[in-house]
Amino acid sequence: MKVEPVTLWLDDRLGIGSIAQLARKKEIPIHRHSIWYYFGGMTLFLFGVQVVTGILLLLYYRPSAETAFESVQFIVTEVQFGWLIRSVHSWSANLLIATLFIHMFSVYFMRAYRRPREVTWLSGVFLLLLAVGFGFSGYLLPWNKLAFFATKVGTEIAGVIPLIGKPMLRFLRGGEDVTGATLTRFFGFHVAVLPAISTVILAVHLALVQLHGMSVPPGLEGKNLRKMKFFPGFLMRDLIGWILAIGVLAALAALFPWELGEKADAFAPAPAGIKPEWYFLFMFETLKLLPPKILSFDGEVLGILGFAAGGLVWFILPFLDKHERTRRPVFTVIGVIVVLFIVTLTIVGFVS
Amino acid sequence: MNSESRHEEHMHDGDCANCPNRMSASDSEPPTRRRFLNYLLGTGFVGTAFAVLYPILKFITPPHLIEAAQNSVTAGKVSDLALNSGKIFKFGNKPGLLIRTASGDFKAFSAICTHLDCIVQYQPENKQIWCACHNGQYNMSGANVGGPPPRPLEEFVVNTRGDDIVVSKA
Amino acid sequence: MKLTNDPPSYSRSRLTFFALIPMIALVLFQTAAAQKKDSCVECHSRLEGPLSEPVRLSKGDVHNARGLSCVDCHRGDASRDDKAAAKGRQTGFIGKPRSSDIPRLCGQCHSNAEFMKKFNPSLRVDQESEYSTSIHGRLLKSGDQKVATCVSCHGNHGVRAVKDPLAKVYALNVAETCGSCHANAGYMNSYRIPHDQFDNYKKSVHARALYERQDLSAPTCNDCHGNHGAAPPGLASVANVCGQCHSRQASLFQASVHKTVFGLMEAGECVQCHSNHGIIPPSDEMLGVGEKSACTHCHGKGDSGYAAAEEMLEKINQMSASISRSTEILNRAERAGMEVSKPRFELNDAKDALTQSRVLVHTFSTDELDKVLKPGMDVANKSYGAGASALDELSFRRKGLAGSLFFILFLAALIYLKVRELERRSQAEKPAGG
Repeated sequence: MKVEPVTLWLDDRLGIGSIAQLARKKEIPIHRHSIWYYFGGMTLFLFGVQVVTGILLLLYYRPSAETAFESVQFIVTEVQFGWLIRSVHSWSANLLIATLFIHMFSVYFMRAYRRPREVTWLSGVFLLLLAVGFGFSGYLLPWNKLAFFATKVGTEIAGVIPLIGKPMLRFLRGGEDVTGATLTRFFGFHVAVLPAISTVILAVHLALVQLHGMSVPPGLEGKNLRKMKFFPGFLMRDLIGWILAIGVLAALAALFPWELGEKADAFAPAPAGIKPEWYFLFMFETLKLLPPKILSFDGEVLGILGFAAGGLVWFILPFLDKHERTRRPVFTVIGVIVVLFIVTLTIVGFVS
Repeated sequence: MNSESRHEEHMHDGDCANCPNRMSASDSEPPTRRRFLNYLLGTGFVGTAFAVLYPILKFITPPHLIEAAQNSVTAGKVSDLALNSGKIFKFGNKPGLLIRTASGDFKAFSAICTHLDCIVQYQPENKQIWCACHNGQYNMSGANVGGPPPRPLEEFVVNTRGDDIVVSKA
Repeated sequence: MKLTNDPPSYSRSRLTFFALIPMIALVLFQTAAAQKKDSCVECHSRLEGPLSEPVRLSKGDVHNARGLSCVDCHRGDASRDDKAAAKGRQTGFIGKPRSSDIPRLCGQCHSNAEFMKKFNPSLRVDQESEYSTSIHGRLLKSGDQKVATCVSCHGNHGVRAVKDPLAKVYALNVAETCGSCHANAGYMNSYRIPHDQFDNYKKSVHARALYERQDLSAPTCNDCHGNHGAAPPGLASVANVCGQCHSRQASLFQASVHKTVFGLMEAGECVQCHSNHGIIPPSDEMLGVGEKSACTHCHGKGDSGYAAAEEMLEKINQMSASISRSTEILNRAERAGMEVSKPRFELNDAKDALTQSRVLVHTFSTDELDKVLKPGMDVANKSYGAGASALDELSFRRKGLAGSLFFILFLAALIYLKVRELERRSQAEKPAGG
């Protein structure tokens, strides 16, 4: 097959030649921390899996309180390979958040947010919020008991924030309580609003990564490092990871199918031991452990505001840690503490 | 190798494997091992692509049961149900009772007795609905008219579409 | 008040004032007259202890609510305050009536259709005549003063309608009312009947339905024994009584061999196997020839009844086991994520067959059981097949997964080899300066 005339034709009309040039030029520095470079691409791949499986599910899903549960049941039982698509979608969501966290913390510890990559970091934190929003909104869509109560508790916590809490709660729930209106609203967020915003922010994030190239951790700067070509070397290694990820997802879907549970009933009492999804668990456990009153303030409100403040600090990190060349043990220590905090409380949440 | 100098004129940095211009002599006869590897790679890609695309294509093909039949069900065929007779059909996960009256009308009710959840039946000789468990009786409107049942049977809406009898929730 | 030569306006207002007095007095007298004088209530309400009880009870009394009062039963003169005058001979006053007089006393109104029509046209007016057919009525006529009369169950003062949940004869209270005599060993010791009926009844499935589930259609004493004509049903009519609800079992029994045999044995039909008051949910163990069997009371090894009992139990156990097996495999398939609601629904037909077979036991014929159990077994086997194929689909998925994983790992390995090869080649072909 003659590839050459086709590529020339496309280059003439779309100018892909220059992009191909850039791609061929792009290089990845190889050092002992290079393994972490793969996690951004893995997150992107899993996001792609979500888009594809999500669109497929959209062909059969019905977003109303009367029909949502039945439509998911229909997908899982009547539609051919529906069980596979649905379980892959649910598992991939969790794997995505996990790789996202690994990616974020590896960027943190390698201090890849330093100049000139501050905006890349900012867009990344934004993407984290979007991913968590995807997870929270998507979790409700099967309209089962677990999801109903998790949403109730989650939006309740949002409502506790002073001043903006109540309006935010009503905005999220589409009313005072979690009802069919909440479901429709969350569906809109999940398939339209969040994807639209994510497309833009993701494009910015990826463009900036291409623009600035791969960052090198402070200790290894200036050293003459071995370079690997992005194309084909790094990309094909990425591909290996992605193909293995497909295998993992298929295995999870076949061996540990995602549960459907029972249809939500607004009038039934909450089942015992309601927990949010694992990526919210550490915050949930922290709020549970805080005393009801701290000084004269409500413990829960202080907890939420504390997390918000922590998130803000995390966001503006590049502007706090401006030293370009030297290592900053302080930040490394803080990072380790944060990771340990999250991991410990997540484990606590699982076993309690 | 003279191909080298010619290659320097091209902007692909010596990556011969992806040479869009097949000009060098060296790659007009690739070693057999490389060809074998490429062949296997091709097979592998195709196989995996198939393993991914096959389920997706099957998924988008509409299944036999077109929708989650919760609110409406085809309970049977007009030609199958004689006058003054009844039959049990499946409505969602619960049983329903479909009756064709002596005058030819169709009626459908939930078949679960409101006393202790036994399945009721149509009695053509008495033209009433009867529950065998404790002699409960319902009239043709589903109202509980005799025996222990405390409440009427839930009535469904019946429509005919050609030869199909379609029952849906009221 | 002075009589003066006042201007005309003053004398006019004085005139109106004086005119008002008789008018006011007239009004007061009228209202007093409308609340007719009832000296019984006035006097007895001031007395202490049991003597004021009738007045206290009258508040909820159904007779009182319709304007009837003490004199309507006890006679006497309620307009007289003086006790001798109110209760004198000439007034026809009846103090506490004798037990033997009570049915007639109540019957004076309650058996009078024309009179009762004025208050409640749908009330029956044959209670007194029904009562005379009852055991209580007959014993009363022969001079027994201990037996129940109208007031023993309905109360004398504070009588409430049957529908009133506070009435002693409300469905939920009947057994206790009857038991107040019949469960009292000391009271009943002069009679030759047992006194454990109430205790037995409380353990029964009917009592559980009535008291725990509040199912008012569940039978209590009067549903089987009658209320005014209370008597145990005759031995040959037990099936009729039970058959009011359990119509299928009753009609099957009456068409079976046991009907005539039990009649000859003077055995109480249903009661013979199921007992009368302490009826517990029947179990399959009542069949067959085991310890709890009801059949072996009469049938011994070698006779056809014994063989039939054995065979029936075996068939029923087979059906039950088949249903359990099918349910179990369907559960397994469902837990693994497969959809099995259709075979589960169809299995209901098998469960129906099992229930039917237990009812058909009352034909005491294995052939009759076979007629429902054969199709039932077919259904159960079909459902089992559906469950098995669901599990097969599951293993197909796992095989599909294994196959795909093979390709995936194969491909991943190949890509790795390829990329290593490409890099090796590009390293080898790199000019010295690279």
